[in-house]
Amino acid sequence: MSTLLEVKDLKKHFPVKGDSLFTKEMKTVKAVDGVSFTVNKGETLGLVGESGCGKSTTGRTILKLVEPTSGEIYFRGENITSFQGEKMRKLRKEMQIIFQDPYASLNPRKTIEQIITEPMKIFNIPKRDRNKKLNRLLDVVGLSSYHKVRYPHEFSGGQRQRIGIARALALEPELVICDEPVSALDVSIQAQVVNLMEDLQEEFNLTYIFIAHDLSVVHHISDRVAVMYLGQIVETGQVDELYKNPKHPYTQALLSAIPEADPTIQKERIVVKGDLPSPSNPPQGCKFHTRCPYAEEICRTVNPALKQVSTGGQQAACHFVKEVVEEY
Amino acid sequence: MKDETPILQVKQLHTHFFSKSGVVKAVDGVNFDIKPGETLGIVGESGSGKSITAMSIMRLIPSPPGKIVNGEVLFKGEDLLKKSEKQMRKIRGKEISMIFQDPMTSLNPVLTVEKQMIETILTHENMNKSQARERAVELMDLVGIPESRNRLKNYPHEFSGGMRQRVMIAMALACNPEVLIADEPTTALDVTIQAQILELLNKLQKELGMAIVMITHDLGVVAEVCDRVMVMYAGKPVEFTEANSLFANPKHPYTWGLMNSIPKITSKKEKLEAIEGAPPDLRALPQGCSFAPRCKHAMEQCLTIDPSITKVEESHHVRCLLYEETEKVIST
Repeated sequence: MSTLLEVKDLKKHFPVKGDSLFTKEMKTVKAVDGVSFTVNKGETLGLVGESGCGKSTTGRTILKLVEPTSGEIYFRGENITSFQGEKMRKLRKEMQIIFQDPYASLNPRKTIEQIITEPMKIFNIPKRDRNKKLNRLLDVVGLSSYHKVRYPHEFSGGQRQRIGIARALALEPELVICDEPVSALDVSIQAQVVNLMEDLQEEFNLTYIFIAHDLSVVHHISDRVAVMYLGQIVETGQVDELYKNPKHPYTQALLSAIPEADPTIQKERIVVKGDLPSPSNPPQGCKFHTRCPYAEEICRTVNPALKQVSTGGQQAACHFVKEVVEEY
Repeated sequence: MKDETPILQVKQLHTHFFSKSGVVKAVDGVNFDIKPGETLGIVGESGSGKSITAMSIMRLIPSPPGKIVNGEVLFKGEDLLKKSEKQMRKIRGKEISMIFQDPMTSLNPVLTVEKQMIETILTHENMNKSQARERAVELMDLVGIPESRNRLKNYPHEFSGGMRQRVMIAMALACNPEVLIADEPTTALDVTIQAQILELLNKLQKELGMAIVMITHDLGVVAEVCDRVMVMYAGKPVEFTEANSLFANPKHPYTWGLMNSIPKITSKKEKLEAIEGAPPDLRALPQGCSFAPRCKHAMEQCLTIDPSITKVEESHHVRCLLYEETEKVIST
């Protein structure tokens, strides 16, 4: 498998106004603070974490919908970090995004035909091909051709998400960033859309970055997972390994907090104390130490780096997990 | 606990909305009862009528267009639907309280938490202001808000989502209600915070002994906290049983569909079994069983006969034709 996307030490800091009305003191919110990962062609990388952990900002920074503060992004081996204007616009043909809210992400004044063919128009695809493609796209996402002339408000949430997916696929991208694509949907509809996305991945050989807070959906769809907390990746690995044997205390807490639809499972629940600290004023040292049940002195001062914790490629950023050195 | 008389009984509740384009039968024949200290779950997807059921109990249905067209809501034996608005106001917030999904829109943003809490307490209890303030501090401690005395002076926006939900719970508990209706109390929260809030509700119920009606779309939450469950679809209850038997032995095809469509973290399937199609338009429900058009097990008669509630086991009721012929029909 070849690497399609590589992100190295990506940072995105947003300047925000300070608390005082009278000084011009600026604070920075470190939404993404040193994130590195790779995505291979045809695989799905799940990006999970709670609200405010920087998972959506990571997705948007890769597409350069927001400009990264520092770090490098390689797409098909090419450094695209400094790409601007026309050059970046061309590249977006290969990278698309599906948004969370199917109500806000479709223009209410345009018909489905206009919405889906818009990206093709922008990239000068001839009209005859556009129509052919439109029909095929509607077909693959499970809509009918009579839907073409309708407007977004005439569709249910699940159908709108299908329209969003069709639009994202209109230019035959290689990489699709899915930003919470099923969180707004009811469970029965959620399963339909998840199944559809899996089918499309197979059919078009797509690569997904699947951003979600729902750990069970991520478990289902991903090959590899990265868990984020306050702008950093705290643990990453193959999905089965990570879910079966989480090493980082945050991942352990997160997994134990999911209510399982089976009352016979008696889980040992780790309830973490307190709230997520503010990203504009993150704690020193390990960012999780304020809520971690195992925190010790070193955690308050030194921020741990990701280290290898299994022979299967699992990595965790915690002072108290044992490093596993791969043997050759 | 089983022999106790129910504190709240809902009988044949029908709440309809009269819109220009037709009558929306949001709640269409809901029956349940709940005993003191018990947690009843109401599960369903958007539009299944679970929130409208809660609003009907509290008499908070906007009218027009909404109207409770039929049914009884018996609280300690008295029908709430026959009470005057004045009488109702004495019950709301004192005997029956409610917490909502979004604590930001249900708290007043321009008043401090202290003002809002004291207002609730003074409305219902015979206390002076400083006693009410002490009670507020007590409540803030009860729900686990640190530095309660200082935090009372804060405005809602100064609290995080989880803390705001704690404030909401504190306010709902201000007058020791006997029934707490929780409408998706953890849906807007992150999982680690959700775990904290569920644990808190559990602890408070043990201490205070109130009955909780837990409205949720998340079967995981049901498994965690509920004693009994009612599954709703298109305004009607389709299955009603104890939580353990719902998960061990679900009977209704819709419940099967719901359970199969959630990905599980303990096992991995190649494909999720989705329920095909979409919920019906409540203005034009299909003839027969509302779920029939999406049901994998639908028979010919499902499209014409609306099934009645069948008792399949002790305290396990299902609305489905699959069970109707063999079992005794208890109500229509």
